[in-house]
Amino acid sequence: MSNSLKGSSTVIATARLIAAKDLRVELRSRVLLNQVLPFALIVMVMFAFALDSDAVLERVAPGLVWLATLFSVLVMVSRSFAVETADGALDQLRSAGVPATGIFIGKMLALMVQLMVLVALLVGAAVVLYRASFSWAGGVLLVTTAIAATCGLAAVGTLYGGLAAGAKGRETLLPLLLLPVVAPVLIGATRATESAFGTNGIAISEGWPWLGLLAVFAVLFSVAGAVAFGPLLDD
Amino acid sequence: MNTSTSLDAPPRDRVTGTQFTRGLGILVLAGMVLLIVLGLFVSPADVNQGESVRIMYAHVPGAWLAYLAFVITGISSAAYLWKRTRSLTWDRIAGASAEVGVLFMGISLITGSLWGRITWGTYWTWDARLTTTAFLFVTYIGYLAVRGLGGTHQQRARRSAVLALLAVLEIPLVHFSVELWNTLHQEASVAGRGTDVEMDGLMLFTLFLGVIVFTLMYVWLVLHRQRSLALEDMLDDSGLDNALTARRAEASGVAR
Amino acid sequence: MSPIAHEPDTDVVIDLSDAVAVLGSFPALAGVTMVVRRGEIVLLRGPNGAGKTTLLRLCAGLIPLERGQGQVLGIDLKNDRELVRHRVGVIGHNNGLYADLTVTENVRFWGRTVGASAAEVDAALHRMGLDGRLADLPVSRLSAGQKRRTALAGLVARRAELWLLDEPHAGLDASGRDELDQVLKMAAASGATVMVASHELERAGQLATRQVEVVAGQVRELGAP
Repeated sequence: MSNSLKGSSTVIATARLIAAKDLRVELRSRVLLNQVLPFALIVMVMFAFALDSDAVLERVAPGLVWLATLFSVLVMVSRSFAVETADGALDQLRSAGVPATGIFIGKMLALMVQLMVLVALLVGAAVVLYRASFSWAGGVLLVTTAIAATCGLAAVGTLYGGLAAGAKGRETLLPLLLLPVVAPVLIGATRATESAFGTNGIAISEGWPWLGLLAVFAVLFSVAGAVAFGPLLDD
Repeated sequence: MNTSTSLDAPPRDRVTGTQFTRGLGILVLAGMVLLIVLGLFVSPADVNQGESVRIMYAHVPGAWLAYLAFVITGISSAAYLWKRTRSLTWDRIAGASAEVGVLFMGISLITGSLWGRITWGTYWTWDARLTTTAFLFVTYIGYLAVRGLGGTHQQRARRSAVLALLAVLEIPLVHFSVELWNTLHQEASVAGRGTDVEMDGLMLFTLFLGVIVFTLMYVWLVLHRQRSLALEDMLDDSGLDNALTARRAEASGVAR
Repeated sequence: MSPIAHEPDTDVVIDLSDAVAVLGSFPALAGVTMVVRRGEIVLLRGPNGAGKTTLLRLCAGLIPLERGQGQVLGIDLKNDRELVRHRVGVIGHNNGLYADLTVTENVRFWGRTVGASAAEVDAALHRMGLDGRLADLPVSRLSAGQKRRTALAGLVARRAELWLLDEPHAGLDASGRDELDQVLKMAAASGATVMVASHELERAGQLATRQVEVVAGQVRELGAP
């Protein structure tokens, strides 16, 4: 039985178990639906107040979508680990010898799914509120960009969220650690989304190098997270 | 597992200075005086930049030092995580180096933007090197915050070593993405406009001297800081010894 | 601090020798020496802050062994404490439950961490009396005692060999306590080992096969109750 806890099949089984659990918790508690999505939308409205010009808003719409996503990631990562620490479940998982890599992948996948929903909503909000022009031709680029970017964000968010989870002052520590790391995602996803939207007449083809950057980021930090999550959690 | 006793062992009299660091300190002091004299008075003003070129004698060595410090932090962190070289000395060197690095990164950011203001007319430009430097600065402030989270020495060492290696992964990505951003969207960078420095021999020598003096100062600071961190850890441990004795006495008192 | 002799006796589950564990820089355990054998139900007595919880967490491989020697289930705590974890179950002040999920979902979750079958999960629920109307209630709507029972059902479902329980009777009603005692006795009879820290000396006294007093981070054998 002890052998069943080792090996990649256990990691995959754990990842599925954790991801399904996290999504089920969201389904029951509806924190994403009732709190995070409204928060992200109000951020989008606030941007409009701050920038105060339709022309400017249309031009910077892709950046605002991803900025609002970054703010929401901070909230969602905090929530994701609050679920684990509220009744000591993360301790319990560690005390049960559940592989940390599996926990990382599971929480990352659940976060990624929720981020995809968020980004879809924010793109819709940009079209409605900022008059961003959405064309079906840019659709493929937009969807692949969203997948790569949310994958990278979920990986980094889960990794640093796990580090901050046990710490005192985690609410302030998490943004300090997380935001500098995700700068490449903000740059890459914004530029790729500009191409997909055709903002300022930027061609769709110009977006692909940025998608490459996002993919590299996602792969690097997924691997780094899978390796480093255990050492970060284990005290 | 002491990888190098001269670094590791705090001397018997519990001070952080040794004969070596005292000699080094005097050397740094003398070098600094020479650098100030050469940089501020002896070396000539630049043809294009005028007197502002003198900022370079602090800025360039400062920036060099900051990057050197973070490379050392990364290497020491890897050395800590690698089982065969695991020693808290590596962790303390990593921490000391990061502290010194943050200090000099702050200095080089300030001197750099002052110089930029005089030379380019702007404090800041979205040049890849500059932006990466700023990110490195914030990242290592976060690193130092994580070092201060508490726990045992080993917990602190492992946590911060992993974080330092993640920063090693992060910084090239930030640099690359900012560079890509610049090349595709900002054709002409403000850098490189009217900033050609025609270095004469004395100016080059002064700059070179600055790099050497700053590097020696870095070694001096890290040696002292590393040893004072070791003393702090020893203080924690001796606190444990005392508390153990007290607790055992308490036990024999209660369980009579 | 002599190294403990190699113990050929495979029945020894916990073997500590002058073990020291710290919380921050406070020596919560100041040199503990004790042996616990398979099938025992050991009661840890002692005032608050004596180190009972730390002793449980040390045996679970959750905190490092600062000084001294220690083995749990034949695994060295100094080098391999992570390996202890999946064979040990700890219920402390936290139950480790997800408040938004139902009782069944929680127990199934913990069972699945070791690949337990649906039948095993059902059996665990049944043994803790959770297979009735409670089964589909979210944990957030349970009483403290019901939550505790759900957590113990999780231990059954994930086949823990050594149960380390911190104040398990706290918050349980009379029938819940009887049920808990029964479950613990059954678990011990079927080869599990139980170490309980409790203030409720009379009740836990009936349950325990042996009592140990913890005072100021050290232990003293009190023998059978």
